[in-house]
Amino acid sequence: MEHNKRNHSALSAIFNEDEKRVDWHDETLWFVRSKRDRAVHNVPEWEQLREYGSEIKNHTLSNLDQYLIEFEKKARSNGIHIHWAEDAKEHNEIISEIIRNNQVKHVVKSKSMLTEECDLNSYLTSQGIEVIDTDLGEYIVQLRKEHPSHIVLPAIHLKREDVSNTFHSHLHTEKGNNNPQYLAEAARQHMRRKFIFSELAITGVNFAVAETGGFVVCTNEGNADMGAHAAGIHIACMGIEKIIPKAEHLGVFLRLLTRSATGQPITVYSSHFHKPRNGQQMHVVIVDNGRTRQLGRPDFRNSLKCIRCGACFNTCPVYRRSGGHSYHSAVAGPIGAILNPNINMQENADLPFASTLCGSCSNVCPVKIDIHDQLWKWRQALTKKGHVSSGKRLGMKMMSFVVSYPSIYRVAGRTGRWIMRYFPSLLANKTINSWYKQREMPVPPRQSFRTWYFKNKK
Amino acid sequence: MNSREKILAAIAINKPAFQPMPDVVVDIKYDYSVLVPQFLNILQINGATAVWVENVQTIKDDLQKNIAGGHYTINTTEVLGIVNEEININSNPAFLDPVEIAYISGTLGIAENGAIWLEESKMRNRLLPFICQHLVIVLDVTKIVADMHEAYKRITLGNEGYGVFVAGPSKTADIEQSLVVGAHGARSLKVYLLS
Repeated sequence: MEHNKRNHSALSAIFNEDEKRVDWHDETLWFVRSKRDRAVHNVPEWEQLREYGSEIKNHTLSNLDQYLIEFEKKARSNGIHIHWAEDAKEHNEIISEIIRNNQVKHVVKSKSMLTEECDLNSYLTSQGIEVIDTDLGEYIVQLRKEHPSHIVLPAIHLKREDVSNTFHSHLHTEKGNNNPQYLAEAARQHMRRKFIFSELAITGVNFAVAETGGFVVCTNEGNADMGAHAAGIHIACMGIEKIIPKAEHLGVFLRLLTRSATGQPITVYSSHFHKPRNGQQMHVVIVDNGRTRQLGRPDFRNSLKCIRCGACFNTCPVYRRSGGHSYHSAVAGPIGAILNPNINMQENADLPFASTLCGSCSNVCPVKIDIHDQLWKWRQALTKKGHVSSGKRLGMKMMSFVVSYPSIYRVAGRTGRWIMRYFPSLLANKTINSWYKQREMPVPPRQSFRTWYFKNKK
Repeated sequence: MNSREKILAAIAINKPAFQPMPDVVVDIKYDYSVLVPQFLNILQINGATAVWVENVQTIKDDLQKNIAGGHYTINTTEVLGIVNEEININSNPAFLDPVEIAYISGTLGIAENGAIWLEESKMRNRLLPFICQHLVIVLDVTKIVADMHEAYKRITLGNEGYGVFVAGPSKTADIEQSLVVGAHGARSLKVYLLS
């Protein structure tokens, strides 16, 4: 039963209870997708950029160990401390140790999906360390004890009145004042004190450059920089796949990233960190957490090319109507559905089925990941390993049997039409027929296409 | 085996067959005569104010007006006169917190997206462009390039400890996708293009 609660369709049903909100969510994300389209159409060489993005990532994955070694060497000579973490636990322990060694009590953190994946906040909080998420959307969900529902737009599942209520209880803003300008200003004022007095800042990494031993962090709010430049210690966390070979490759990826994400030509700040400032400690934690395992799966290794733009979320008809929390993972959406089964096959076996396989995700992906093909391949791999429910397995077996024998298929079709005509209530029963939940069944046709064809072929 | 060795060994076993690195040559047909107007235009779309001035005196007057108006103004660029030496690499965040307006020199600007490259050596303190309430960037008009590819040809990463592309005022749309200017960084960006 516990497993059922963490099931995509069960969690979507909860999200779908508020139809107006689902409509808003759907339309808003589609609007972001349209902004992406407009931005992309302004770049005539877009397809060429995508191809380069894809080829650079393919090349990098094929030489990943060498690039990590090169990055480590250059970064060390730049004065950056490099740490390696095999899994989430070691990642959290490394950070915790740096915090303890420096007797730090207050930590600010900008957006990093990796630290979400490793559940760093809970770990540090359990050790009595205060961590504040400084990205406005992440801060909102942190106050509400929720998780981001989108990798780029963490609070996209919330309405302004939700934010207003949350800020009223935590920041004592006026009750009922839902003005986004007013609410964001309240967060700015509150966070400024946190930045100024923070001792340690954690950031993510968008790109780490092997050639120069530095890394790039992109934000619109400026929160990563406020944290990193104010604190005495900066820790940047990256998955092994964040490496790119050369500085010139940033030209390709920064052109692709934000246009795909929000339709902006570039984020407001693209910060290039190469050396700690005078008197500062700078650390980079390089994390595996299952990525090398995914690298060894020929059908799925391509997922490691992801630059976390979120375009596949915004375009996905299932994501837009089920919400990010229905994916019960740090990374939701189509890309999450192909990454998460690698992290935990049993717990995330439902995710590759949360798709219509329409292929829109693959079409918008700036680094040409074959997302919908991988969703389909995961379904097969998971079914073979016995990770799908017995109902689904039985249904698939029956379906396969019926469509394998034309005569049985024709009998089944006739029976189906007969039942639809004479016992419509049986089909309208939502417990038996879950297809009926959000839709009406069509009027059954009098005859099959085959019968019609034979009658009319002259 | 420590984690580093384990990770590197796992990659060595699991990585795909070697694939060559592409030579990135993007065919762009930019009309260089329109780069500057395009740069000014995109900055405005990004929410910045962009002004093209013939004479540095215009910017100096603007700086003096801000100082005379009682605004805590910091100049880091010698082109505009006396530099505020009290702000330096060691200035702590609480000391920088009250800065209202900061003038900083940009190194180059990009016509395709309005981004301007700021180097650590020009900003005196890494926090200054972010913690000031209002940021003013002075950029030589001859330093505009077409796109990101051109920009990276002219920047040598790693020469300086830190550098940033700034493409507008700090902003967020995290509340219901409503655009709010002035998230955590500077509330406004004004760019002076100098002939």
